[in-house]
Amino acid sequence: MAHAAAMSHPQEAYENPLTPGWGKLMMWIFLCSDAMSFVGLLAAYGAVRLGSSDWPIPSTRLDVPLTALNTFILICSSVTMVKALSAIRRGDRKGLVLWLLGTIAGGSAFLGIQAFEWTHQIVVEGLSIKTSLFGATFFILTGFHGCHVLSGVIYLSCIAIRGARGGYTAEQNSPVEIAGLYWHFVDLIWILVFTFVYLIS
Amino acid sequence: MRSWLPEGVSTYSGSIDHMFYMILWVTGIGFIVTEVVLFAFAFMYRSRPGRRATYTHGNSKLEIIWTVVPAAFFVFLGFMSQNVWSSIKGHVPHTDEEVTVTASQFNWEIRYKGKDGAFDTPDDVVTSNDMRLPVDVPVKIRLRSKDVIHSFFLPQFRLKQDAVPGLTIEVWLQATRTGEFEIACAELCGFGHYSMRGVLTVLKPEEYRTWLSEQEAGVTAAQAGQGAPAPAAAEAKAPPA
Amino acid sequence: MSEHKLPFIRRYIFSTDHKVIGIQFMFVSLLFMVVGGLLAMMVRWQLAYPDRAMPLGTLFPESVMPEGHIGPEVYNALFTMHGSIMIFLVIIPMLTGAFGNFLIPLMIGARDMAFPKLNMLSFWVALPGGIIMASSFFVDAGPAATGWTAYPPLSAVPDYTGVTLGQTLWIVAVLIVGTGSIMGAVNYITTIVNMRAPGMHFFRLPLSLWALFITAILQLMATPVLASALGMLLFDRTLGTHFFAPAGGGQVLLWQHLFWFYSHPAVYIMILPAMGFASDILATFARKPVFGYKAMVFSLVGIAGLGFIVWGHHMFQSGMNPALGTAFMLSTMVIAVPSAIKVFNWLGTLWRGSIHFTTPMLHAMSFVSMFIIGGLSGIFMASTPVDIFIHDTYFIVAHLHYVLFGGSMFGIFAAITYWFPKMFGRTMNEAVGKVHFVLTYILFNLTFFPMHMLGMGGHMRRIYDPTQYEFLKPLQPINIFITQSALLLGAVQVLFMANFLLSLFLGRKAERNPWRANTLEWAAPSPPPHGNFERIPTVYRGPYEYSSPESSEDYLPQDQPPAHAPVPSRPPAMSPARA
Repeated sequence: MAHAAAMSHPQEAYENPLTPGWGKLMMWIFLCSDAMSFVGLLAAYGAVRLGSSDWPIPSTRLDVPLTALNTFILICSSVTMVKALSAIRRGDRKGLVLWLLGTIAGGSAFLGIQAFEWTHQIVVEGLSIKTSLFGATFFILTGFHGCHVLSGVIYLSCIAIRGARGGYTAEQNSPVEIAGLYWHFVDLIWILVFTFVYLIS
Repeated sequence: MRSWLPEGVSTYSGSIDHMFYMILWVTGIGFIVTEVVLFAFAFMYRSRPGRRATYTHGNSKLEIIWTVVPAAFFVFLGFMSQNVWSSIKGHVPHTDEEVTVTASQFNWEIRYKGKDGAFDTPDDVVTSNDMRLPVDVPVKIRLRSKDVIHSFFLPQFRLKQDAVPGLTIEVWLQATRTGEFEIACAELCGFGHYSMRGVLTVLKPEEYRTWLSEQEAGVTAAQAGQGAPAPAAAEAKAPPA
Repeated sequence: MSEHKLPFIRRYIFSTDHKVIGIQFMFVSLLFMVVGGLLAMMVRWQLAYPDRAMPLGTLFPESVMPEGHIGPEVYNALFTMHGSIMIFLVIIPMLTGAFGNFLIPLMIGARDMAFPKLNMLSFWVALPGGIIMASSFFVDAGPAATGWTAYPPLSAVPDYTGVTLGQTLWIVAVLIVGTGSIMGAVNYITTIVNMRAPGMHFFRLPLSLWALFITAILQLMATPVLASALGMLLFDRTLGTHFFAPAGGGQVLLWQHLFWFYSHPAVYIMILPAMGFASDILATFARKPVFGYKAMVFSLVGIAGLGFIVWGHHMFQSGMNPALGTAFMLSTMVIAVPSAIKVFNWLGTLWRGSIHFTTPMLHAMSFVSMFIIGGLSGIFMASTPVDIFIHDTYFIVAHLHYVLFGGSMFGIFAAITYWFPKMFGRTMNEAVGKVHFVLTYILFNLTFFPMHMLGMGGHMRRIYDPTQYEFLKPLQPINIFITQSALLLGAVQVLFMANFLLSLFLGRKAERNPWRANTLEWAAPSPPPHGNFERIPTVYRGPYEYSSPESSEDYLPQDQPPAHAPVPSRPPAMSPARA
């Protein structure tokens, strides 16, 4: 058990709070909390959608194929994240940075495509947060998730920069793993958002 | 001792009060027992020189007893409550007497069907804060709201129900005596919340009929006079059912 | 430790020391408590004397209180801000912010929190939230006036209340305070899981810590849901969405579901820590182990778990499906069981103890006695048919004040007087403390008990002028009596404030373990220096070994090595219950 290890070395643990285990635990706890905020939003989405008699069929209003491609890109970026972690675990710092750059590129591409879709919806389709709850939930759910992706891209960039400066080793790499946890979480949440907002009709 | 609960004048006020008093007995006994024990222990076991506290970490048998006994009481109260609740909320008795109450800031609009027997038509009888109902007859009340949440509260009838914009909620009552009673709003609805006072007059059925026909005649006359729907009826479309 | 090298601003203002942060939370909460209390007295004045100008009312600008009279808009703002401040800026930050921060590292035998900087940030996030809340008093059209529950559409559309910026600031403030408490919760959980001193098994944690741990989990899981609801409300107000507006297809009741999904657990956030403190204090001054420690722990866990499935009992008359009402009534009846267990176990703790009536003990015992009333009066509202009548009446006001004042506040008084010597290295005056206690206990009951009668008479809550109603006129003498008691109750708190503030500077110096208590915080100097302990303690036993036959003293600290077995490297898996 994690606490058994910490228990026998409380002194060292105190002096270096970022020994493996600590930050990871905190990230898990934070993700539980963050998941609950999506639960709140998705529950609200479900309630207004089920209570509405004229909710549009998503595929008629949203670009499902494009977003499916986007989903694929995000899933690929999770794979590259796994690759980055396994690279540094082998001590391959160059591999770490390259795979991280791949992940960042995936995240950025995701954001770019989403920005394109938002622009299309706003400019061409005239959808806005005000026009209908369909619009409001679309922008708020994808927007809130998009903020998570953006934070993730910035977060991963910091990790990549530290990695490029020689920050991690085969033994000391828990920040990479923790960032990975966050990134996989964002990916997982997207699959839920995509399913609810785009697919279910 | 005076009764703190107001006089009950609906068919179900008695069962609600009965439930109230039953809970009062159970919790009252629980209250007295625990507080007496607390004060008695405080007195009996005050520290005195030469006496040492008993070293014990608990007693499983005792703990099981005081888990099971309150649990049994709570479940019992739960099932008793459920019976009363379903008798009030489970169904609306079949009745021809229907009235629509539409709350708005800070006013109760009371609407009767009028001659055509349908709501939201030009011949509806509409009053403001003045509700009249027949005694000894079940009445269905359809509650709506035009703006914010209000709560339709008839203390003597033990009736309270939020009026929610966007919803039509049905409640019912059957008065057991004639008289004048107050209508209050129980859900904060803005600065005039305290002033949302209405009066419910419970009449003998024939008096009620007479009053209602007079009102219906008044509406017809007004329509005939103006050649246009009565102003109150024109507002009828506002809340979607 | 490098304490002496740090400049003043790093030591006392932007400090990462959990004790300083705890004390910061405490001072800010006490300050807001004064504000919240004054607001309550203004509300009481209006209820008792609806036609009379408020004393000192002319001090307020003429636009707010013409000739010192409280208007209905102002009245709504007063009780809204009273509730919001007391809940979000007094009780929650006092229990979790002040005592959570101060106690967790000390009681587990750690030098600080797992993430000291995050800890500092949680205070510096919460404080602006409080300032924003307070600043809403000074904006045009005044502060929020929709009750602390902020039900839309009233709160979503400015035209319904006339309040514009004030309500928006309220939403933003609650969002920010909530963010701060999530940060705190993440830190507390990590700290308790990872940083316990050697030998400190989970079942050796004092109940205060169990309570704070469970509370942190509740905050962590419930607050984000409130945050998402607040976000939607904010969008409805500012960006023109229609989440809660039926005209745009929104759902009015959605807010209530999301709000109470947070706020019912929040009710437990406000009482569980006080339960923990009371347990520790009762054991210390009864010189006796807590009766049924494990049952206490499991009932805490049970309350927290069930706390997530009872939210609908706030909505019995809201238009929710009556069948759902039944389900929520039954879950609510079930959640009363662990509370009952706790009460009986507290009584069991006193049984054949050797009770020392210190000020903290008196407050802790009155916590138990008032929580009994608050708990039992909850059964009335839990019963769906009875709730039809007493919902939104003074009965619920009486109930919630018995829990939050009789429970949480007496718990806070107990905790402040108990840990004051550890926090500040000085002792509060016992005589003044006892006078304050006796007066508070009597006046509290005179203030809040008659509210049950008002509720039984059908007196609606949140009304500006009860004399408008014929059926409430006979009850008006009770309103006047309550107000007089409440004003005295408020005045008596000056004693506490004076005792607190003067003792900070003039109190007798406290020794390390003035109450001869067992838990680890008393093993540290008073006040503990930066880093808390001279060396990290090793824990040999549970926290409640009072009057143990193992020791000739009537207490046996957790870190005192056993007499015959020198330093066991790994004590056998143990349960402190059932010796």
